[in-house]
Amino acid sequence: MVNLANPTTFVELTRRVLPWLAAATAALFVVGLWLSFAAPPDYQQGETVKIMYLHVPAAWMATFVYAVMAAAALGTLVWRHPLADAAQKAAAPLGAGFTFICLVTGSLWGKPMWGTYWVWDARLTSVLVLFILYLGLIALWRAIDDPGRAARAAAILTLVGAVDLPIIKFSVDWWNTLHQPASVFRLDGPMIAPELLMPLIVMSLAFTGLFLTLHVMAIRNEILRRRIARVTMLAAVKGDRLAPGLAAGGA
Amino acid sequence: MGDPHLGFIIAAYVVAALTIGAMIGWVVLDGRRLNAELARATRALDGARGAKGERQ
Repeated sequence: MVNLANPTTFVELTRRVLPWLAAATAALFVVGLWLSFAAPPDYQQGETVKIMYLHVPAAWMATFVYAVMAAAALGTLVWRHPLADAAQKAAAPLGAGFTFICLVTGSLWGKPMWGTYWVWDARLTSVLVLFILYLGLIALWRAIDDPGRAARAAAILTLVGAVDLPIIKFSVDWWNTLHQPASVFRLDGPMIAPELLMPLIVMSLAFTGLFLTLHVMAIRNEILRRRIARVTMLAAVKGDRLAPGLAAGGA
Repeated sequence: MGDPHLGFIIAAYVVAALTIGAMIGWVVLDGRRLNAELARATRALDGARGAKGERQ
């Protein structure tokens, strides 16, 4: 694990793993989509239940990605590990993407089922807050030039924002909301019929695979970005040594 | 599938596909751009080293 946390080892190992991960994700999407469209309609919602196969996995990923970012933020603040910084930064746009899918598909599911695209109830509002948090973190990374300072500032905001995760999870229990309570992860077992549950599980695995694949690729991009900065700086230093007069002239 | 809410279902799948496509595109294109930039920076560094070697 410690060895994997070395950026060079990470790049080398993920170079071999990435094609397999991407292929497995694509296969899961093909099977998941096929199962979703072959699944029977819900006795109350009809075919509209098919939106669930996108909405629920996206909602799970929205919170899962933030949990990954919170763990990476701890890595940044406690161990000051550069790979933790990269993992944090790389995850934010992906989390924003999944949360966007969750919000839009939820809205498109809400209109025919509830009669409205949006209500300011606890579950919907807390997920909207999560989306704004993601956007804020992306903006924070862009606003601070020094990568070390940006990582620490983003880590603090990520950990403060993590309070939203239990609020999202338990909002349907703590408040009287239009959103239905948990129907899969329950102590007494899932409330969904197995014919509808199987496509949901496969699609959730596909979304998880998509996140892992894109996250690994985005972390590699962050490592590349740092290498470019290092090489550019080194080239500039060599150039300055070669032509000190030019450097002093502020060229 | 003659569901009266077919439009909502199609819209949900289209939005999800576009968003996922944008996420994949962002990561892939960023990676390509960075690889090209690293190659350019490495050539610049090699050039600076080579010029220094010639001068010595």
